[in-house]
Amino acid sequence: MSLKAVAIPGEHIKINTDPYTEPFWQKAKQGILTAAQCGACGHFRMPPTSYCPKCRSQDTKWPDLPGTGTVYSYVVCHKAPFAGIPDFTYIPVVVDLDGAPGARLVTNLFDIDPEEVTIGMKVKVEFNPIQDDWMLPIFRPA
Amino acid sequence: MVWVNQDKCAIVGVGATKYYVRGQSWPRTINDMICEAVIKACDDAGLSVEQIDGFAYYSTASAGYGEKMDTATFMEMLGIPEVGFSAAITSGGGGSAGSMGLATAALMNGDTKYCITVMGLQQYHKRLGLAYSLSEPDAQSSFLQPSGLVGPGHLMSVLFRRHMHLYGTRREALAEIVISQRENAIPRETAVRRNPLTVEEYFQSPMLADPHCRLDYCLETDGAVAVITTTSDRAKDLKQKPVYIHGAAHGGRHEWGRAFAWMGMPTDEYFASSGHKPVGQRLWDMSGVGPQDMDVALIYDHFSSMVLMQLEDYGFCKKGEGGPFVESGAVRYKGGSIPVNTHGGQLSEGYIIGMTHIREAVEQLRGVAVNQVKDAEFALCTGGPAHLPVSGCVLRR
Repeated sequence: MSLKAVAIPGEHIKINTDPYTEPFWQKAKQGILTAAQCGACGHFRMPPTSYCPKCRSQDTKWPDLPGTGTVYSYVVCHKAPFAGIPDFTYIPVVVDLDGAPGARLVTNLFDIDPEEVTIGMKVKVEFNPIQDDWMLPIFRPA
Repeated sequence: MVWVNQDKCAIVGVGATKYYVRGQSWPRTINDMICEAVIKACDDAGLSVEQIDGFAYYSTASAGYGEKMDTATFMEMLGIPEVGFSAAITSGGGGSAGSMGLATAALMNGDTKYCITVMGLQQYHKRLGLAYSLSEPDAQSSFLQPSGLVGPGHLMSVLFRRHMHLYGTRREALAEIVISQRENAIPRETAVRRNPLTVEEYFQSPMLADPHCRLDYCLETDGAVAVITTTSDRAKDLKQKPVYIHGAAHGGRHEWGRAFAWMGMPTDEYFASSGHKPVGQRLWDMSGVGPQDMDVALIYDHFSSMVLMQLEDYGFCKKGEGGPFVESGAVRYKGGSIPVNTHGGQLSEGYIIGMTHIREAVEQLRGVAVNQVKDAEFALCTGGPAHLPVSGCVLRR
């Protein structure tokens, strides 16, 4: 039995935003998972960009998603991703988001034995406080 | 339809520095090494450096990350009197093989007579492998970097995990790629890693981003490699037997796009792939040959799993069958149906962002390679699976 995977310590994580991505992070601050959706044709796109690739509309909606999803792929890492902190086990994971067909999030899965992770497993969001008072969506087993 | 410029241009000179373990080339500078490679390529071709009049780069003319290749500086350093062409394929190592197409475009347009393509890498100040994790994320990479996918090997591991899930591909296949390339490196004086490697040693290698262990990652090396291209008419008068550019393509499809920098590839066909299939198809269409015609394949190997997925995307085996294909011994220099990376590749010889593959293709087609494939007539070279454009070229003796 290996050690459970943990969340990456938030004090080491920094993000930056631009006007087209900031609504995602503002919703995360409120504890809501969202994804960029075209206001004209309904197509989801992640990460958020300034045009819909299907219809070129710039009208963007930020629907509240249920905060659940499915593991599409993952890797298991045992070395700390930053210098100067002790090693720990973490699991970068790509999640297909429920309620936003086609939208994926590249995130972490925590509170699970790495041996128990499977592609296709259901996961649910939590929010990890990171630098500058932002909140990072990460996932635990549903 | 066969390419209008097929065999109209050729590689006529190759030059390289030695390959150094990362940082050990210091106090040499990157421009010092690049100029050595250019001078040696001119000597190899039987040209004067002053005859060089064009530069066809890839990787946005960056030398790794953070260093720039600059034509004016090279002109100043080497005394090149005039240039008529200086351009680059965009993005990174994906364009390495496609640079032969850019050079062809320049030569056939009459912009240049003797064109240099070069790459150099000097990692004394900055490790290329850490380029992602050391920089603060921008608005887009803020959707990637916080996951702890700290470098390209971690990122591509996500794609290979999906491949394992879909097709039952085993790490034994990666072991075979790594070990077969190491076998190829053993007799080569140019190679940085020449000690024999066993399957047991492969499986003991530290796991960096499961399913990729350290041996699945390419080397970190310094050095420079340059090639000279010219028209086939001019090539006849030079010292070496020309190596003809039979086909060259760069590009790719939206479904691959930014690849592991967005993870949005909509279907398994693209996600669990190298992103090369559309370029590969175009390359076979334009060149009029196919994978069955290749005598040797120099497949960009920044990570072992991307060799496997490129073999599928170029049609050496069916999609999903890369694992069993590799495990059958098909890519071995000795006894394989398609010898792959006969120079040891970036996993064992040296990593100069794709240029060592072009160098090896030239040596194979001149008939002077260390691990010579008998009577080699056609060689495939590929650029790195990454952010578009990706690329490939077919070279002919």
